[in-house]
Amino acid sequence: MPAIEANGLTKLFGEFKAVDDVSFEVPKGQFFGLLGPNGAGKTTTIRMMIGVLRPDQGNVRIMGVSMDREPLLAKEKLGVIPEIGNVYPDLTARENLELFGRFYGLTKRTRMERASALLEELGLGARSDEKIKRFSKGMKQRVSIGCAIIHQPQVLFLDEPTEGLDVQSRRMIVEKVNGMNKAGCTVVLTTHNIEEANRLCHRVCIINHGKIVALDTPERLRSTFEGARSVEVTFDRVVECGLFFDQCITRAEGEGNKLRFYTSDPDEAMNKIMQVRDDLGLTIISLNTLAPSLEDVFVKLTEMSA
Amino acid sequence: MNLKIVVRGVMATAVKDIKIYYKKPPVFIFGLILPTFLFFAFFVGRQLDMEKYYPGFLAMALFFTASSVGPLIIPWEKQAGTFERLLSLPVSIPILVLGDTIAGAGFGLIISLVIFAAGALLLPFPITLMAVVAIPLLFILGNLCFAALGVLLSSPAGPVPSNIMMLAALVRFPLIFISGIFVPLAEMTGTARIVTMLSPLTYLVDGFNHALGNGGALPLVLDLLMLMIFTVVFLLTANYILKRKSLKGL
Repeated sequence: MPAIEANGLTKLFGEFKAVDDVSFEVPKGQFFGLLGPNGAGKTTTIRMMIGVLRPDQGNVRIMGVSMDREPLLAKEKLGVIPEIGNVYPDLTARENLELFGRFYGLTKRTRMERASALLEELGLGARSDEKIKRFSKGMKQRVSIGCAIIHQPQVLFLDEPTEGLDVQSRRMIVEKVNGMNKAGCTVVLTTHNIEEANRLCHRVCIINHGKIVALDTPERLRSTFEGARSVEVTFDRVVECGLFFDQCITRAEGEGNKLRFYTSDPDEAMNKIMQVRDDLGLTIISLNTLAPSLEDVFVKLTEMSA
Repeated sequence: MNLKIVVRGVMATAVKDIKIYYKKPPVFIFGLILPTFLFFAFFVGRQLDMEKYYPGFLAMALFFTASSVGPLIIPWEKQAGTFERLLSLPVSIPILVLGDTIAGAGFGLIISLVIFAAGALLLPFPITLMAVVAIPLLFILGNLCFAALGVLLSSPAGPVPSNIMMLAALVRFPLIFISGIFVPLAEMTGTARIVTMLSPLTYLVDGFNHALGNGGALPLVLDLLMLMIFTVVFLLTANYILKRKSLKGL
């Protein structure tokens, strides 16, 4: 049984189809990324999966429980970390965590013990009895994470959780979520940070205009775009890109003395580069062959689906 | 539906509201200060028979306090972004509506009981069997009814609490003038009486008149039944509006 099953999710806002027949499964224990440009339908998809928004068509199952038929039971199995630290500013960090624990039916003792342990773990032990309104954005987000995981959910949804945070908070959040995933928790992450998705996710789903345009592991997605491989060269002086045009080089870009050549055949491209180097008497300072990044794949796929 | 999760959700919502919203300034202003001012404006310094008008004043105080918390919660939560987060917890819109209503009713109950106790000391009323049965029922039903009205008023809310507080004032003020508080129901005739019957507050005023020995214009059972019907209508309407808004992603 997969941790998450989304079947034919469709959502319309008036005439606008925000999500169009989105289906996928996330196996238990997987770190799953949901990528897409702004307005692609990622957040609407997540909102339907966590039971905040009712789909016009399709259904979601969390750990085998239907969100449509048994929403309360399905919601008990998940935790949500929204983009903004949506916690109660009039309560202390501890009160926030304990309040969320109450919604999940934790006993008073369990709530207290878990809140104390989590606040320590999230680096907020010393300020656990201060009201949230005095906290920074990063600290609020850490409290928000504590609220989302106090009931030890089997599935965790994160909607751009590290957006606009300081390095320390971002690292702490990523480490905590990564640790939970290693312990068996299924994680769904929506993010603009493609490098983060590349590093963390076992599988990514790229959405654009409400539809899935790709769904695979980051490695396989990258290998789909062989033509997006490149050779990056730094010369000892400024060189004109146009000098390198050749059948084997599909695109050249760069500024000053650092140039990047996109190719499906790095060996042929390298020969051409060496030829120009010899002709102009250039010296190569550095030379790298690069596989397409997930960002390259993302840009290509979203351009193709536009 | 899992009843245990429903009850837990309702109680957790009510606890949250009690911890957060009882201390908010608008609750004090609209729930405590305003009825106090109204008391001074309409009852003090005038040659009024206090025993005659006390049930009306008690009902007015209960009405203002019970309906002061509800209008605040949903707009405040929408502004803070916590409303959507709440919906991702094991709760539903009917659970939130019930939890918010119980929290509002709790606030109304505490304040109105204090006023009732003070009133009972100054203006003793005959303790009859009817009073013993009717007073607890009127307090419970009245507080639930007007707390549900408060939640209903906030259900079409966007994320700006002040807009809803204004709307709530616009609805609540006219009600006190058409509910037999200042002009006893028995003295009303024609259109005025018909309009009065449309206000839920009328039935609470009349119920208190029965219970405190003044004699009501309508049967007590009808007063209690109407309060119950209004409560159910307010809860169902609030639930319907919030669900409609939720479908639109608002």
